[in-house]
Parts: sequence; structure tokens; C-alpha cells
Amino acid sequence: MKAKIRLSEMSRRDRVPLTHVAKEELMPLPPPLQDPASTPDWKPLADKTKGAVECGLDDTCALNIPQPKTKEEEDELVKKFLSGLDKLFTRENNWTFLQPLVLTMEHCAKCQTCSSACHIYEASGQNEVYRPTYRSEILRRLYFKHVKHGGLLSAWQHGDVTVNWPLVARLAELSYRCNLCRRCAQTCPIGADNGLVGHELRKLFSMEMGISAKECHDNGSVLQLKVGSSTGMSSLVVKDNIEFIDEDMTEKTGVKVETPWDVAGADVLLIHNAGEIMAWPENPGAFAVILNAAGITWTLSSELAGYDSINYGLWYDDAQFARVAIKHAEAAKKLGVKKIVLGECGHAHKALSVIADRVLTGELNIPRESSMTLLRDIVMNDRIKLDPSRNDFPVTLHDPCNLVRLMGVVEPQREVIRKICPQFREMWPHGVDNYCCGGGSGFAIMSGNNFQDWRFQVAGRKKLQQILNAFSDCLDPSIPKYLCAPCSNCKGQFRDMLAYYDLWEKNKILYGGLVELIVNAMVDVKPGFIEWEWH
Amino acid sequence: MTAVVYGVLYLCAAVFAIACVARAVLYAKAPIHLRWELYPVPHEEAARVQHGGSYFEQLDWWKHPPSFNLAGELSFMVPEMLFLKALHEFNRKLWYRSFLFHFGLYLLIGTVGLVVLAAVLTLAAPAAMAGSLGLVLHWLYMITGMVGGALAVVGAVALLVRRLTDPDLVNYTTPGDLFNLCFFLVAFAFMAAGYLLRGPDAPGVVHLTAAWLTFDTSIALPGLWSAGIVLCALLAAYIPLTHMSHFIAKYFTYHSVRWDDAATANNPKIAAKLAEYLTYRPTWSAPHVTADGKRSWADVATTNPWEGGKK
Ligand code: SF4
Ligand code: SF4
Repeated sequence: MKAKIRLSEMSRRDRVPLTHVAKEELMPLPPPLQDPASTPDWKPLADKTKGAVECGLDDTCALNIPQPKTKEEEDELVKKFLSGLDKLFTRENNWTFLQPLVLTMEHCAKCQTCSSACHIYEASGQNEVYRPTYRSEILRRLYFKHVKHGGLLSAWQHGDVTVNWPLVARLAELSYRCNLCRRCAQTCPIGADNGLVGHELRKLFSMEMGISAKECHDNGSVLQLKVGSSTGMSSLVVKDNIEFIDEDMTEKTGVKVETPWDVAGADVLLIHNAGEIMAWPENPGAFAVILNAAGITWTLSSELAGYDSINYGLWYDDAQFARVAIKHAEAAKKLGVKKIVLGECGHAHKALSVIADRVLTGELNIPRESSMTLLRDIVMNDRIKLDPSRNDFPVTLHDPCNLVRLMGVVEPQREVIRKICPQFREMWPHGVDNYCCGGGSGFAIMSGNNFQDWRFQVAGRKKLQQILNAFSDCLDPSIPKYLCAPCSNCKGQFRDMLAYYDLWEKNKILYGGLVELIVNAMVDVKPGFIEWEWH
Repeated sequence: MTAVVYGVLYLCAAVFAIACVARAVLYAKAPIHLRWELYPVPHEEAARVQHGGSYFEQLDWWKHPPSFNLAGELSFMVPEMLFLKALHEFNRKLWYRSFLFHFGLYLLIGTVGLVVLAAVLTLAAPAAMAGSLGLVLHWLYMITGMVGGALAVVGAVALLVRRLTDPDLVNYTTPGDLFNLCFFLVAFAFMAAGYLLRGPDAPGVVHLTAAWLTFDTSIALPGLWSAGIVLCALLAAYIPLTHMSHFIAKYFTYHSVRWDDAATANNPKIAAKLAEYLTYRPTWSAPHVTADGKRSWADVATTNPWEGGKK
């Protein structure tokens, strides 16, 4: 068994990583990946990176925090961290999550029930550093020592911790080794929440120290607030792209496809994750086909952020989160639509429907609905004509954590799939007990250094196991298989992970959304909407 | 000596009550946080609880009146409180130990309740207690006390052994955790020994409780039993000062966090609270937050530092 890494090692002054993730120690995978030697090798971190940024935690590096040059610089950073720690426990700064955070700090029974629920811990071969309570216990000890000003008695009761720059830097990285999926929290007998700890740590680093993942902040929420979308698309560009998609879809389906823009008083304002428009144009295209065929009055918005449902602040920063959520609501308010419907994006669902519910006050609290629900209504009430035999290939369904465990939208998408996919099979476990795809909390868009290796070998491993098990009876490449993931981020993770393990080439496992399956079964549409090509 | 024991008992009862209330008030007064529910939420409609669904599964969910499935919530809570259902489901090995310990404690709490009831009845209606009611109560508290004590001790020893031997727990076990379990064992050992060896002239538990309630110091308490009573009283006072007060915390972690799915629309209570929080003035230092201690949350949230493509 791997040696347990002590909590005190987080304060170790050397920059040698606390742990190394060896391929042979990882959770075994089912066929065709049962032999670790047949899986890709982990790219080591470049020496230049190791000499310039903080990477003393494990074999990868998510944040690229520059190494301080002097002791004074280090002390300043630690001071800032401690001031952020204090703020995390005040109403003024953190009314948003104070109550659950304090409950988690004060009542963990350290029973480790949560550990076996965590896909990262399990897939890593139970690497101590990735145990859900490892980072929580560090924060807990810091809380009792520095926020509650506990003395010797407190250290005896709650455990001690030495705060120094190496600990702070490692803790920052460690907050980005958790998908914030909260599967661990579901199993905690007390109701403590290690996922929340990851979230709050990220907030502390971002909101006090300006430390965050570049992909989530600079290229994410900042870009969205600057130009309207984290893809960098302005409203002009996005309109152009959608026009092109409409043309393409018209040709492909044989049905005239037109996407309405800025229709005042429409029943539905549909907001896509704009990544779909760039990476998977058939998804917004399929939405247009379905909504038009069902006779729904709908529109897209060209307002700033009104055409991109992403809200990366959800994962690391309350201010960024609130700003983007308000922009979404303002776009809907301006058009006077009856409701906002969220496209296939899990985190956007949770961000705007659940978490922002207590940010959007008064007139901004416009009803928000899941596209899964609307699609279920269309399909189950026969508002469009469908032929399930067009989908007669093995299909399995991934449950995006944000949509399912964290929002309770479980059945609508299943009802649709059961109706239109004769070879549907569930993964196990599924529904609210699902496992994260490994791309949750921003990881799907993070690929600096060798972070992708960690993402596919560790974070996504459990999901990969589930997918391979679900298709174990039909792995042969002569049988095309469809992994349905009604979430843009999850699809990003699957695209990259399936390619990493070569599972399209070797086993013909394709991924895609729910609407593509629906359009593929539409009688009034030319057959073959799903093209069985890698994209 | 007897008066000192009484004093300690009163004091510890007061500390227990005050500490429990203070903790509950502290959590209850915390601001309503952003929604952070976790499904399944058992007060959802029965058909949805089955698969962990929420009201978001309904088309135009806001047009449906909010439902509250009390039976669903109770059918989750009762087995959780009595039998530690979550632990049974997710950590069976620990459940055997923890269940013995907790169920033993429940029985002991029941014993205290029965003894106090018997003492009050002895004072208020001595004639009734002289008959079969007194006998029934006697056997009830004797059985719950003995069984509860035995289960709690076996459970505490089992938990202690696990804490000391399970490599998964090493990192997370503090001296305080070991002390807590030892405290239970020592207090119960003294109590049991003191009670069983108290001698023929010593008062019974009901007699003692009645005397305590009326501050009658004329009874003579043996030293060993006094030590047991004092230790148990100190233990009761100590529990709400530690993480072992999770019996209070659990109410909030479940009702106020995991199951809090109350929508803001048409909820003036939540809206009023949010209006207050939006006037708070954060002091986060990262420049992009634009918080300077003077600007409110409402200002921060409606500021777009990059509006119009600004750097
Ligand atoms: S978070 Fe919950 S499950 Fe995990 S160790 Fe703490 S009490 Fe146990
Ligand atoms: S939130 Fe998910 S990834 Fe994070 S510790 Fe819990 S189970 Fe693991």
C-alpha cells in the first residue's frame, strides 16, 4: 500500500512534489484498457515550469503560480492568504456560503465515509493527497488556529498546522484537484461537504489573492464580461456563425432552419453554452430544428453574455458568478421573454437555475427552465414525429453532476432516450449517484502543462470505467456506439478523453448531446443526422 | 460532598443547555446562503423522491404550487436519527461500531428521562409510585440503563480500536479524538462501578434524583458513585462544546443546506434577507472584485470592470 502522506508534509519547504501518480497504482480499467502499459504515458512537467512556478503537490500543475523570489514576498503572500481566510468566515464577505462552510468546519467526524465516494481518490489508487478530507482537514485546522484563534487546547482537540508559503501554494493547487461534484457530500452522515471546501478555497485564492485558473478567469469569465462570450465571439460573430449553422442544418436535414434573434416577448429565450456553436454546431442546429418543428416561439439574444450560458464564476469566484448571472437575467428581461431555457450545459443549468436564484432579486428573477424538461414535453407529447428505429445502436447516458445530483433533473432526459433509443443501457451507478466525467469544475477547459494527463488518467478514470462497462457487450468497432452527454463541458471532457485512449478509432465510441439523438429520429428530417464521424 | 455533587450536576446541566442553545442560535442566525441543495431531497413529491428528482423536472415548474412531502422527509429522518441509515449504506464496517455506541447513548438518555420521571412522580404522587407504576418504571430504567451502558461501552471501545488501528484514520485523528472516546469510557466505568458497588445504605437512583431536584443534601453518596456522577455530568457539559454536537449541526446541514430548495420567486422572506445582504460591504482585496469596504455587494455584482472591452 502507498505510504500515507501526512498532513504536516503540506508545509514541507522543499519543492519536491508530495506525491507521484504512477500508472501501475491507478485503479485498473476494464477491456480494452486493462493493461496499464497500453495506456498513454504521462508527460512529465518541463524543467522550466518546475523552476518557475509552484508545483510541489503532485505531477501536474493547474495554476502556474509564480515562485516568490524572496522571503519577504513569501511572507506577504502568506499574510494575504490569512487575511482571505478571515474574510471567508465573515458575513460581509461570504454571506453566500458562510453557514454550510462553518458547519463543515466544525462537525466533520473524520470517519472517512466520504473517501470511497470520491472518483478521484478511488481512481488514483487511494492516493492520500486526493482524499476528500485531506484538503478539508488542512482548512479546518487553519480555521481553528487562525480564525478562531485557538491555542494549545484547540490544537490538541482539532490538530495543529504550520502555515507557510509552501502550504498555501500546495493548498491552492489542491483546490484544483477536486471536481466539486459533491458525490462525497452525498454520503457524509453528518452532512459535511468537502466539495464546498474546494469551492471556498478557490474563492479565497481568487477573491483575495487574484489566483485562479487562467482558463476560468482570464479566458473565461473576464472574456465573457468583456466581449460577451468566453469563446471570444462578439454578438456579430455569433450571429454569423449561427447563420452558417442554419444553412448547414437546412442542407443536412432537408428542413428550412432559421434561428430567431432578439424576438421581444418570445415564450422562450434559449441560451446555449457558446462552446457548442464553435465545437459542436450540430447541437444548436438540432435545437433549432426541434423547437421550430414543435411550434415554439423562441429566440436567442445578442446581448452581452446573453448568447453564452457559461458562468465559470460558479467554480471559483462569487463576484464573477453574480455578474454573469445578472447579465443573463438582464438579457431576458430586456426581451420580455416568458422564460429562459438552458441548452445542454450542466454548470449553466445549476448556475442560473439554482445558485443564482438568490442573486436574482425582484424583476430579474425570471423563470428558468431546463431544456431537458422542455424536450421531454415535446417528445413525450408527440409534438414531433419520431422513428426510434433510426437510433437502433447502443446508447448510454452520462449524468452531468450539475444537472442531476445538484439540480435534480434526472428523469426527463431518460424518458426521451427510453422512447427513442431501443438499445439504451444505463451506466452503473447513475442518476443522482453518478460519477463526474472528470471535467467538472473547469477541468474540461484546462489543459496547461500536463494537466490533461491528470484529467484523463485520474479525474476521468472512473467515468471511463463506467463507459467501457456500459458498452462491454459491443466493444467491437463494427458496432457504432453513442455516449449521450447533455452537457457541453462533459462533452469537452469526453471528446478529449476518448481521443486520448483512442476509443473512437479502436472501438467506435462516439459522444454527443441529446438533441442530436432526437433529430436523428425525426421522421420529417433526412435520415443520418448523426454522421458517425469523429469531431 | 453531596451538595458539591448537586452543584456540579446543576452547573453541567446549565452548561449543556446553554451551549446547545447557543450553538443552534449561532447556526440559525447565519445568513441564508446561496442555494446548495443536494439530491435526493426527500420532501420532494413521492414519485420524484424515488429517483432523486426535483421540481425542476416539471414543465413551467413555477406555475405549480410548491409541495412539501412531510412523509418523505420523515421516512428519511427517522431511520437516519435512530439507526444511522447513511452510515449503514455507505460505511457498513463503521456502522456496526457507531450504531452500538449511538444506540447505547439513546438508551442512556432514555434512562435519564425515565429516572427523572420516576423522581418527579415520587415527589408529586408517592402513592402511585408505590404500586405497579413504580415497578414498571423501575424495570424500564434498569433495562435501558444496563443495555444502553453495555452497548455504549462496547461501541466506544470498538471505535477507539478503529481509531488506533485503521491506517486511513491516522492522519485525521487528534489527541482530542482519542480523549473524547476515553472520556466516555472512563465516565461510564465510574458510573457503573459506583452504582453497582454503592452498598446497601446508599440511595437508589430515583431517590437520589428526587433529592437532587429538591436540593436535599441529607442523603449520603458513596465516593465512587459521586465520581461517576460528576464525570458523566462533565461529559454532558463537554459534548456541546465539541464537534460531537453534530446532533445539533445535522439539523442544519440537512434542512438548511442539503434540502433547502426554497425558490426566491414569491418568497418575500428570502427576498427581504437578500435585500439586506446586498447592502453588506465586502473587503475582498483582489482588484477585479472592486470591493473597497465602501461598495456594497449590489454595487460589486452590477459592476462590469470590463464593460466595453476595458482591460
Ligand atoms: S466529511 Fe463526513 S464522511 Fe467525510 S470524514 Fe467528515 S464526517 Fe466523515
Ligand atoms: S466533490 Fe467530488 S471530486 Fe471533490 S472530493 Fe468530493 S467526490 Fe471528490
